[in-house]
Amino acid sequence: MYDRTMVEMLKELQAVEFAVYELALFLDTHPADRRAWEDHTRLVNKLKQLRRAFEDRFGPLSLDSESPFPYRYINDPWPWEIQY
Amino acid sequence: MWFYEKKLQYPANVRRCDLGMAKFLFAQYGGPDSELSAAVRYLTQRYTMPIPQAKALLTDIGTEEMAHWEIIGTLIYKLTEDATPEQLRAAGLGDHFAQHDRALYPHDAAGVPWTAAYIQATGDPITDLHENMAAEQKARTTYEHLISLTDDDGVIATLSFLREREVVHFQRFGEALMLVKEHYEHKHIFY
Repeated sequence: MYDRTMVEMLKELQAVEFAVYELALFLDTHPADRRAWEDHTRLVNKLKQLRRAFEDRFGPLSLDSESPFPYRYINDPWPWEIQY
Repeated sequence: MWFYEKKLQYPANVRRCDLGMAKFLFAQYGGPDSELSAAVRYLTQRYTMPIPQAKALLTDIGTEEMAHWEIIGTLIYKLTEDATPEQLRAAGLGDHFAQHDRALYPHDAAGVPWTAAYIQATGDPITDLHENMAAEQKARTTYEHLISLTDDDGVIATLSFLREREVVHFQRFGEALMLVKEHYEHKHIFY
């Protein structure tokens, strides 16, 4: 099964990814807003680090992530099976 | 193309099995103003948007709506997973159980199956963006109705997040509408 550390790391990932998504929608209609662009750049880099740390420990989040053998992407829990 | 990300956009917890609430939540899984309608609407309309800002926005909001569809699916799954057929029947989900057991199926709160007639793509970006702004308001209202139907703080937290997203999307679509109008006005000057 999964441990609470996984859930806590996942929540942090969700929070940063949400900030990236929100800034991205804003930048779609304000592509020349420098402050939003700076925040987006900073958080995209933070997200990459968090994502790598999560995947190294708990396995791939996507089919374009590297997996140890045997292929680990398929492993439970799937997102609807987690107690957050 | 898309790659699936094996995580929800926002946590979805339920405190207890609540079949009545699961039935109501189908409004946002397969109803007229559901997350499914939103995703298909925006991802269909984007091809005929005239400016890069609008093509990007419809693609990205359409994609976010698929993530919201997954969140609603998760709530329904969690609210129903331990239910017996008798309990489902007592909660008004006997019809659903007869055809789908505990599987999710895109229908509305009353069991009416999802249809593409819920959405429009007219090829007129001004018209389509107005439709999208109205759709976001209708979804916001539906979330307010749903929040008033439960006292489960897990469900309320998730529905509150989804309600806020409707407000933000409305704002972004309004900005896209202004940009599209400016685009057409400038075009006329240079004719």
